Amino acid sequence: MLTLPVLLGVATLVFSLIHLIPGDPAQAILGETAPQADVDELRRRLGLDRPLVEQYGAFLSGLVRGDLGMSLRTGEPVVSQVVARVPATAELAAASMFVALVVALPLGIAAAVWRGTVIDTGATALALAGVSIPNFWLGPLLAIVFAIQLGWLPVSGRGTLAHLVLPAVSLGAALAAILARMTRATLLEELREPYVQAARGRGASRTRAVLRHAFRNSLVPVVTLLGLQFGAVLTGAVITETIFAWPGIGRLLIQSIGFRDYPMVQGCILFIAVTYVAVNLLTDLVYGVLDPRIRYE
Amino acid sequence: MTRLGGFIVAVAVLAAVIGPVVAPFDSSSQELALRLDGPSLQHWFGLDELGRDILSRVLAGARISLLVGLVVVSISSTAGIAVGAAAGYFGGRVDEILSRAIDILMAFPGLLLAIAMVAVLGPSLFNVVFALSLIGWVGYARLVRGQVLRARELEFVQAARALGASTPRVLVRHVIPTTLPAVTVQATLGMGGAILAEASLSFLGLGVQPPTPSWGTMLNYGRIHLLDAPHLTIFPGLAIAILVLGFNFLGDGLRDALDPKEAGR
Repeated sequence: MLTLPVLLGVATLVFSLIHLIPGDPAQAILGETAPQADVDELRRRLGLDRPLVEQYGAFLSGLVRGDLGMSLRTGEPVVSQVVARVPATAELAAASMFVALVVALPLGIAAAVWRGTVIDTGATALALAGVSIPNFWLGPLLAIVFAIQLGWLPVSGRGTLAHLVLPAVSLGAALAAILARMTRATLLEELREPYVQAARGRGASRTRAVLRHAFRNSLVPVVTLLGLQFGAVLTGAVITETIFAWPGIGRLLIQSIGFRDYPMVQGCILFIAVTYVAVNLLTDLVYGVLDPRIRYE
Repeated sequence: MTRLGGFIVAVAVLAAVIGPVVAPFDSSSQELALRLDGPSLQHWFGLDELGRDILSRVLAGARISLLVGLVVVSISSTAGIAVGAAAGYFGGRVDEILSRAIDILMAFPGLLLAIAMVAVLGPSLFNVVFALSLIGWVGYARLVRGQVLRARELEFVQAARALGASTPRVLVRHVIPTTLPAVTVQATLGMGGAILAEASLSFLGLGVQPPTPSWGTMLNYGRIHLLDAPHLTIFPGLAIAILVLGFNFLGDGLRDALDPKEAGR
């Protein structure tokens, strides 16, 4: 199983981040004019006065115990603050994936079924546009039209379902585009398979052959891709949360960067990266369930 | 769509090269009295929060975007080819170690790693290029490794080895050239990706710093004036979307042309 070495690699990368700070990290955090006593105190608090190996060991053992240190800004444990933001980010990620699936599946199916027609070209162009439009542009554009001009939806914040719509759409658009292309490609492949021809030969309607037979099997790679794209969704959430003042982990990360609260930065990044690895593992397992031909040793 | 992509990219390159000459105004000259004015006959894209002509800044921004894309893609593809070719060609322990390193880096969301690195190194154009190159090579390495695994069994490669050609010569003259079509496709799509990543970092305030005109930075400042001056947001964003779309169209077309089996997928 590759998950453990990967998790260790991720943890090591996150640990080494603070050591990448040019010069003295404690001095960089407090600023050039900070008194030496304060710098020394911070260095001690962060454990930077200990040998590197000892720091690494302490970091890993803290990680296992769920202790990522204290926020430099609030003085509270990093873990509790990150955990408090999980529901908001989870809600946004789930909603954006829902939006992506609702848009992508019909679009991909239509493009495959009517291959080579205007519908196909239109769907492909739309999908490429979806990948190309940055969410930090789409978000403000949607806000200009639906929040400012039409006044239908709130421009920022979290609370009601209406607050969720614009962030979810702007985050889900690129994913929808990628999934639509994948759905089209895999469905086209399945439609050529003998079992689909056989279903048609037995008198199944075209719609039934597509939806009951081919589409079901084409879902396997689509689900895999959805899992693999989870990382992109989480990274995109950092930007989307910043645009819409959505109180999730991404916004906490960007705010913490601004305050040079490095333990918090490490905590946020570690959380996002570990979630990503876990979802990838889960995707592999679901893949096995969806397609019994795949078995894991 | 390939032609459209090529046309968009050509126009962007032209804008980057002759932009400062044809731009109606200097990209940093300010007309404070006209700040935040919307599009007009004189200022087609309007003016920003400091009264600078947005069209001129969008033209100047093309230079930054293309430069970042080009440098990041050049560094990451070169490094990726070297690592991927070594892993695929030598196999065994070398492949084992390099592949594990690739797997670990692949397991990390790339842009997040770039955000983290720029956060600690400090925001600057150099650090953005450094961070994006550091995460960018992994994709090329994995691609090239797969290609090299196949190429090293090809007859002409084995013939070169049998004729006594040295390992570097076999790699450089015979094996690596077989990977170049796939690398070209990835690099074209990678240009779009790098431009988007730079704009994302700059949008978050972690990339190119003002007053250098970067599309992402312009969007970041435009956000503050979303209510009273949406044109600050519309035009730089449109430029990013069109250029990235251009590279995606071009990359897609190249893939179809270089790998007919993939065409129409």
